Amino acid sequence: MTTTTAAVTGVHEQHRPVPGIPLGRVVRVELRKMFNTRSGFWLMASLVIVGVLATVGTILFAPDDQLTHNTFAAAIGFPMTIVLPIIAILSITGEWSQRTGLTTFTLVPHRGRVLLAKTVSSVLVGVGAMLVALVVGVVGNVVGTAITGTDLVWDLSAAQFGTIVIGSLLCLLTGTMLGMLLRSSPAALVTYFVMTLVLPTLFGILATNQPDFVDVQPWVDAELARSFLFEGPPQGEQWAQVAVTAVLWLVLPALVGLRAVLRSEVK
Amino acid sequence: MITVENLSKRYGSTVAVDHIDFTAEAGRVTGFLGPNGAGKSTTMRMMVGLTKPTTGTATIAGRRFADLPNPGLDVGVMLDASAQHAGRTGREILTIAAWTTGVPGRRVEEMLDLVSLSPTEADRRVGSYSLGMRQRLGLATALIGNPRVLVLDEPANGLDPAGIRWMRDLLRDFADGGGTVLLSSHLLREVEVIADDIVMIGRGRIVCQGSKADLLRGVGSVARATDTRALRAALHAAGMDTTVSDDGSVATDGEPERIGQVAFAAGVVLTELRHTEGGLEDMFLELTADHQREGKNRERKAA
Repeated sequence: MTTTTAAVTGVHEQHRPVPGIPLGRVVRVELRKMFNTRSGFWLMASLVIVGVLATVGTILFAPDDQLTHNTFAAAIGFPMTIVLPIIAILSITGEWSQRTGLTTFTLVPHRGRVLLAKTVSSVLVGVGAMLVALVVGVVGNVVGTAITGTDLVWDLSAAQFGTIVIGSLLCLLTGTMLGMLLRSSPAALVTYFVMTLVLPTLFGILATNQPDFVDVQPWVDAELARSFLFEGPPQGEQWAQVAVTAVLWLVLPALVGLRAVLRSEVK
Repeated sequence: MITVENLSKRYGSTVAVDHIDFTAEAGRVTGFLGPNGAGKSTTMRMMVGLTKPTTGTATIAGRRFADLPNPGLDVGVMLDASAQHAGRTGREILTIAAWTTGVPGRRVEEMLDLVSLSPTEADRRVGSYSLGMRQRLGLATALIGNPRVLVLDEPANGLDPAGIRWMRDLLRDFADGGGTVLLSSHLLREVEVIADDIVMIGRGRIVCQGSKADLLRGVGSVARATDTRALRAALHAAGMDTTVSDDGSVATDGEPERIGQVAFAAGVVLTELRHTEGGLEDMFLELTADHQREGKNRERKAA
């Protein structure tokens, strides 16, 4: 068996019979890389800090009758949709902007594998952050209602939490996609905010001026379609709209980005 | 052993590397020498799969880099010591490399020790490192998987003379233990000091290659005799041209053995006889003159 392999590949020197690098190990490395820089550390810390600030803010400023679990979840969930994509973007663009790719892609000379590991580790962080948000929301709800003396209202269903997680992960993966497509931290960050802040406004203006567009909008406006996920489980056609906008604004550009990463030169 | 065959890289109409072939042998330090922009870095990036070659292949002990199951255990690579996340500590960078290659965590301490980075320095962020410290860290990263082959781009850049001596000793030991070292430099002195073999490249093409000893040895010999005039007369009689320098040494284009025979036959006492020293520097300047920016000025002056 060994001799056959040697004969086929024409090996002159003895290669050590080493196993390849398992994907789990690359994921673990990529997770560590998200935390072990100064910026990475504070970005992760900001997830928790923002969650706590949002909770305190809700207790202080929300009308007493709205101190429900749903309110807390929404208050914490919104900043997450901003921070999580930034984490996903920097995880990828750092390899180019900070030029660490020279080391990363020589230790693991299969870029698709590295990108997969980065995507998996970003999703893990995203899910972890959502669970933290859930817990902070529970604590906020209990403490908040205790302070104001109102009744505890648990109005966040499991299904609803599930769709919020999906919505947040779609935001996060949009960051992953932009990182692959642009491979530059500033460019990807700016584009993300154009996509989530400027583009929906433009679609809104279009819908106001072109009544025909109103029916089309949910099929092309990813932000609008995602809002169905955040505002309670989507109904029938809305799921299809979420899927169609995700293909249009996430899957297709991600494929273009993947191709670009695989072909690009790492300098 | 590293084998490069027919390797070239073209960017549009620009040819960065033009069909080059060479090998870096095990047990030897091979210096990859050339002026800036000659194609050294592009060649090294192609070797490790960061840049796709237009033609040709590079193999490490018979295998393409991308086919190595865990490259860090076979090949240590340092292409740019500055290409590190400024916000990460030296120790973290080594830990990541150790995790990726799957070597035990104690390798991190061993490598820090090997490249003389103190624990305090290792816990500082790389953004505050000097270039010399980054080179040491880069070398530690390359060596962490205990590889048999090293590919280093400008490793001596930024090191002080003591650092260069340290690196020379380290690479010497590595090669003496049977390892293969390929290192690039645009500084002749560094290569002259460290390398056994030299591959010289200019404008994407290999200008010359061979052992340093062969390349250093020039054509002809230099002789000195108690009677300079008698020696010259004998050499002229034997059909050789001579030039005599101020210090009395006689230069000819004949090989030392021939000069010795002529002197012996003529009864001239030689006090010194040796090969002309080519001086790698002259060769480097000569061979790469037309490839360098400075070359143009020199030509203009000559004209």
